[in-house]
Amino acid sequence: MTRTVMLMVGTRKGAFLLESGPDRRDWTVRGPLCEGWPVYDVSYDPASGAILAGSGSPWFGPAVWRSTDLGETWTHSSAGLTYGDEGPAVTRVWNVTPADGTLYAGVEPAGLFRSTDGGESWTHVPGLREHPSRPQWQPGAGGLMCHTIIPDPADPAHLWVGISAVGVFETRDGGATWATRNKGVRAEFHPERYPEFGQCVHKAALAPGGSSTLYQQNHCGVYRSDDAGASWTEITGTLPSDFGFAIGVHPRDPRTAWVVPLTSPEQGRHMPEGKVAVWRTRDGGSSWGRLSTGLPQEHAFLGVLREAMAVDELDPAGVYFGTSTGQLYGSADEGETWTAIAEHLPSIASVGVAVVER
Amino acid sequence: MAEVVLPRSLVALFPGLPRRLPVEAATVGELVAEVDRLAPGFADRVLTVGPAIREHLNVFVDGELADLPTPVGPRSVVHVIPAVSGG
Repeated sequence: MTRTVMLMVGTRKGAFLLESGPDRRDWTVRGPLCEGWPVYDVSYDPASGAILAGSGSPWFGPAVWRSTDLGETWTHSSAGLTYGDEGPAVTRVWNVTPADGTLYAGVEPAGLFRSTDGGESWTHVPGLREHPSRPQWQPGAGGLMCHTIIPDPADPAHLWVGISAVGVFETRDGGATWATRNKGVRAEFHPERYPEFGQCVHKAALAPGGSSTLYQQNHCGVYRSDDAGASWTEITGTLPSDFGFAIGVHPRDPRTAWVVPLTSPEQGRHMPEGKVAVWRTRDGGSSWGRLSTGLPQEHAFLGVLREAMAVDELDPAGVYFGTSTGQLYGSADEGETWTAIAEHLPSIASVGVAVVER
Repeated sequence: MAEVVLPRSLVALFPGLPRRLPVEAATVGELVAEVDRLAPGFADRVLTVGPAIREHLNVFVDGELADLPTPVGPRSVVHVIPAVSGG
């Protein structure tokens, strides 16, 4: 058995798996997988060893793809992945998140599903769509979808979800009831600057070492919460833009996070000045440093989508991001230096990473 | 028995399912159910809520655009074809 770092990349034309040793220097590429379906998220379930891909075909509908042999063979299922014959029709699976033996799927139109048989069948978690705010939910530019699912590793009944453009919700009773968690988060496109909901969360992540520190990259800024989402503090600070999609957190240090600022939605959503950079904080967002060694610094008008950043568990941590034009970059030293891992993949929607034995 | 002709992209999702197969069915809806019996999950790929045929799939019975209630004769040829509108 060899320790292998496996990057799981979801693209508009199938999933790709890239593998390297722990030095994270030379990568092999497999794909396109999942029959070339658009893939929005690929996750590894350490409890079962399965790879799971959230997907939606324009022709054949939504499905979660699953491989139990590290990507050699795949099956797909959408059994139960429905709101019933009254609809609305589920179109895409945006996120699949393992949580200690249970799987969660976030879908479009926004809702949450749960599987307790490894993804063979799914059951709607109706509490989220029964939230009183639901008639007023509005889509973001990408649609109205549940794109972020954050389980609390210390409590299986506790999780957060992110919905665009509605905001963050939290449940402490396994999904039966949900509370909005958007206090302190701006919504500049809303008549009320700080509404209870309606914020466009782009991605949120739980910091390691507890169940209270969360980060989020929002349509309107970057935020940290130290009280499990009850309130948020804006930490956009000196970042060149308050807009971006992706956010990554360190596997061991709750004060370290990475973001990829992009120009505003009305100005292209690309790297500022055509110079590719990741920004990192080491102090919980009090300050930010620009990281660009090895990344293109001219005429590089790249974009990075919400699911397209990942951080591995090694020491030093590896950081990876993919672009909507098919470039995949990686750093084996927490962002200090970068290399291009692949440059001509299809448009990348998601990047995940797992350290596996094979 | 009617014959159903399936696209390569659809049979690729169900190992062992042939491109052409004989099916005993009186309507398109029954035909989909019958193929689903042979290849579990087939109906999820072809049908959306309603149920109805998915937006970007077309089903033709003897060359005519069909829907789930459309009758299927014992010598009918039923084509399932991905629509250009899908992308």
